[in-house]
Amino acid sequence: MIGFIIRRLLLLCPVLFGVITLVFFLIHMIPGDPVELMLGDSAMPTDKEELRHQLGLDLPLHEQYLNYLQDLVQGDFGTSIHSREPVAQEILERLPATIELMAGAMLIAIVLAIPLGLVSAVKRGSWIDQIAMFFSLLGVSIPNFWMGPMLILLFAIHLDWLPVNERGTLLHLILPAITLGTALASILSRITRSSVIETLGTDYIRTARAKGISEMQIVFRHAFRNALIPVITVIGLQIGVLLSGAIITEHIFDWPGLGNLLIEGIQSRNYPLVQGCVIFIAASYVFVNLLTDLSYAFIDPRVRLQ
Amino acid sequence: MIWKNPRIFWLSLILLVLFIVPALLAPWIVPYDPEEIHLSAQLRPPSLEHPLGQDQNGSDILSRLLYGARISLYVGFWVICIAGIIGITIGLISGYYGGWVDTLIMRIVDVLLAFPGLLLAIALVAVLGPNLNNVIIALTVQGWVSYARLVRGQVLAVKEQEFVLAAQTSGISDGRVMFRHILPNIIQPVIVQATFNLAGTIIAESSLSFLGLGVPPGTPSWGAMLSEGKDVLIDAPFVSIFPGLAIMLVVLICNILGDALRDHFDPKISR
Repeated sequence: MIGFIIRRLLLLCPVLFGVITLVFFLIHMIPGDPVELMLGDSAMPTDKEELRHQLGLDLPLHEQYLNYLQDLVQGDFGTSIHSREPVAQEILERLPATIELMAGAMLIAIVLAIPLGLVSAVKRGSWIDQIAMFFSLLGVSIPNFWMGPMLILLFAIHLDWLPVNERGTLLHLILPAITLGTALASILSRITRSSVIETLGTDYIRTARAKGISEMQIVFRHAFRNALIPVITVIGLQIGVLLSGAIITEHIFDWPGLGNLLIEGIQSRNYPLVQGCVIFIAASYVFVNLLTDLSYAFIDPRVRLQ
Repeated sequence: MIWKNPRIFWLSLILLVLFIVPALLAPWIVPYDPEEIHLSAQLRPPSLEHPLGQDQNGSDILSRLLYGARISLYVGFWVICIAGIIGITIGLISGYYGGWVDTLIMRIVDVLLAFPGLLLAIALVAVLGPNLNNVIIALTVQGWVSYARLVRGQVLAVKEQEFVLAAQTSGISDGRVMFRHILPNIIQPVIVQATFNLAGTIIAESSLSFLGLGVPPGTPSWGAMLSEGKDVLIDAPFVSIFPGLAIMLVVLICNILGDALRDHFDPKISR
């Protein structure tokens, strides 16, 4: 297992290096001078030169790149143009809101999808299965930037049941979490359904049936637990979908998370912030995928041998 | 599944054509100029003259919706074509030659896959600036990866088969072996991928426009219409409802078609 972890960690390094390099050079392709953005057009040329020197922007690009890599290793993502605060600090301030939103969305998705997929599989071909799977197809087809406003319209404006545009109590989390979690719920319910169907067709389930065990016991005690393994893997791999969806969901609900920070950075042309956010989100995604791989290898030893 | 019935498949195909044809004919069939501003007729609800109502500029929502379909189709078409051609070619080369070429390509693929969903496209459009061609470039940069991975996997599965070995020993060039002999045998999953990709691209373009990173302001794109509608949600919900319904229907149709095609090409998957 340790050898497997080391191998996977080593494979991660070139990916992270590639991500950082791509984002660095991409952001440095942007026309315009960041110093002008920070000080404005009316600043004295000497002040501009001094700040440029302070930020290391007077160095050749490859030296800036090496300095950036060196800073990143020490957790320094640069300085935000507008607030003049470290980008890492701004990211860490916004991170809890994004994690809260993603956790809420994940919870809603799991609570909805697993029973739905299970019932669909057990009642395969029935009208319940048809309706459940149609809704799961609908769920992946509804864009979250439409679903969010429609939920606001119904539950916050017409029915006045739930609050929006703030972060605070659990009630504030419900609408953004449903908006973000619906697509994941749709994917998970389909995976649960097909995994349970596959498990129900295996030999050991046939043996259990031959022994006269009740169908309820077969489904819940024998099939369900084994069918959950691929579902858990997909939950891990879909965290990227949540991360990406969070950018739009946060924008709709004015949720003070990382996605909103990124969009604010783009709108105000705060490029160190954009660069930091993009690298942070991509790196988090890569790490979560690694953890999913490792947990899968832990659950299923055959994976380690591949 | 009832929607996997052949009749539903054909109905979906007809509906997709019903989306494509009016989009292509939009300049000739729209009742009003989609960019015409009538400030005296802001946010008028649906009426006989304007069946879907008028937005905050007094523009006809139906006309803007038809023009928006053109934008979705334009972006979808070009992203699928460019990403498909690049991805198929790179996937063929990677799978066929293997070795360091394959390793190098797969490491590039790994880096591009490290950006979840729209993140890279958002960063690219932020750099390139919001316009339609830049949206196509941004979505293509990551879009080719799914085709390349799919094609590479398929090539690895067929390249040791006898018809490929026979083609190789007959002395024809590698390019001909890849494009004339291997590609026709692995094209079916690529077609399925392209169908799902159309749905994904329509949502991606609309998402970028919704975030203000897609089309320039005022352009009638479905995502931009939804973004504008968000500001007047209480007074005029119809501004948001119709573009959202349009996106949902087209994406749903593409997903049903993709599902049906996948089941048709590989019945083992349909469970």
